Amino acid sequence: MTLLLGKKVGMTQAYDSEGRMTAVTVLQAGPCTVMQVKTPETDGYRALQLGFEDVKKSRTKKPLLGHAGKAKTTPKRFVREWRLDQDEQVEYAPGDAVSVSVFEGVGYVDVAGTSKGKGYAGVMKRHGFGGFLASHGTERKHRAPGSIGSHASDRGHGGNLKKGKRMAGRMGGVRVTSKNHRLLLIDAERNLLVVKGEVPGPTGGYVEIRTSRTRRQTQT
Amino acid sequence: MKTEILDSVEARHLKPEVPHFEVGDTVDVHCRIVEGNKTRVQVFNGTVIARSGRGINETFTVRRMVGDEGVERIFPLHSPNVVDIRPLRSGKARRAKLYYLRKRSGKSVRLAQRHSDHMVRK
Repeated sequence: MTLLLGKKVGMTQAYDSEGRMTAVTVLQAGPCTVMQVKTPETDGYRALQLGFEDVKKSRTKKPLLGHAGKAKTTPKRFVREWRLDQDEQVEYAPGDAVSVSVFEGVGYVDVAGTSKGKGYAGVMKRHGFGGFLASHGTERKHRAPGSIGSHASDRGHGGNLKKGKRMAGRMGGVRVTSKNHRLLLIDAERNLLVVKGEVPGPTGGYVEIRTSRTRRQTQT
Repeated sequence: MKTEILDSVEARHLKPEVPHFEVGDTVDVHCRIVEGNKTRVQVFNGTVIARSGRGINETFTVRRMVGDEGVERIFPLHSPNVVDIRPLRSGKARRAKLYYLRKRSGKSVRLAQRHSDHMVRK
């Protein structure tokens, strides 16, 4: 299990070995700095805290400046933790750099980011409801959700709406993890990762890249 | 910066050398075809009526008449399955897209020959 922080550069296309075109996403991954090493004695659990991309000193609050100073580095914009197992060896000290080379030999990665905000969306877009017919007498409810419960329905709580009923509302702008992206290229020189498929969030959005946990890590 | 990075990632998949051909040229496109576990090369001959896109996304359209039915194929220029493109005859074209050829049949489909030096010499 490995974590690296990065930024979405954009998407392009690539040919695979059989000559098929695939959509790929280019990620600027690292170099990250180890901000803190958490231990059971001091923090109750084991973790590495990584930071990505410098912030101007004048734009930082003093506590963050002090936190970064402990690792003898500059404050970072994007800080996340990499939780370690009980028996996992820590080979990093605060201030160390972590680069894309940690993904050497890794076949698949999970990428987490904040998805693009869609605003206030209806049920068809937000939950994939079917809507109603365009014609045949349908009036003013083409994209409506339909019935949301009856007067004294048991499926609700005696006349109340069932909790968690899917309705219209804010969509997007939440943390999304997209799993099992084939890792196509590691460019150690420019700190780039190229993964297959699309990744949550806009171009320039911050992402967390992890080794995939649900997929066998064989590179084929 | 963003475009630079994307272009450099793309560049790995571009062909180092693409034969020079223009809209209006008659070309032979050598296309790799996989049938079960056998691969063979098929040749598609016709007139280039359009080129579009840039970088890895660049494609060209080849039109030919089979009997009296027009057949068009769009090839990605940098696809590994497009093995070779051989320009045979250069045609005079006054526009970038020769879509007007679709409405024509018989003798009027022909383009006047232009003597260009990028043709394959036999």
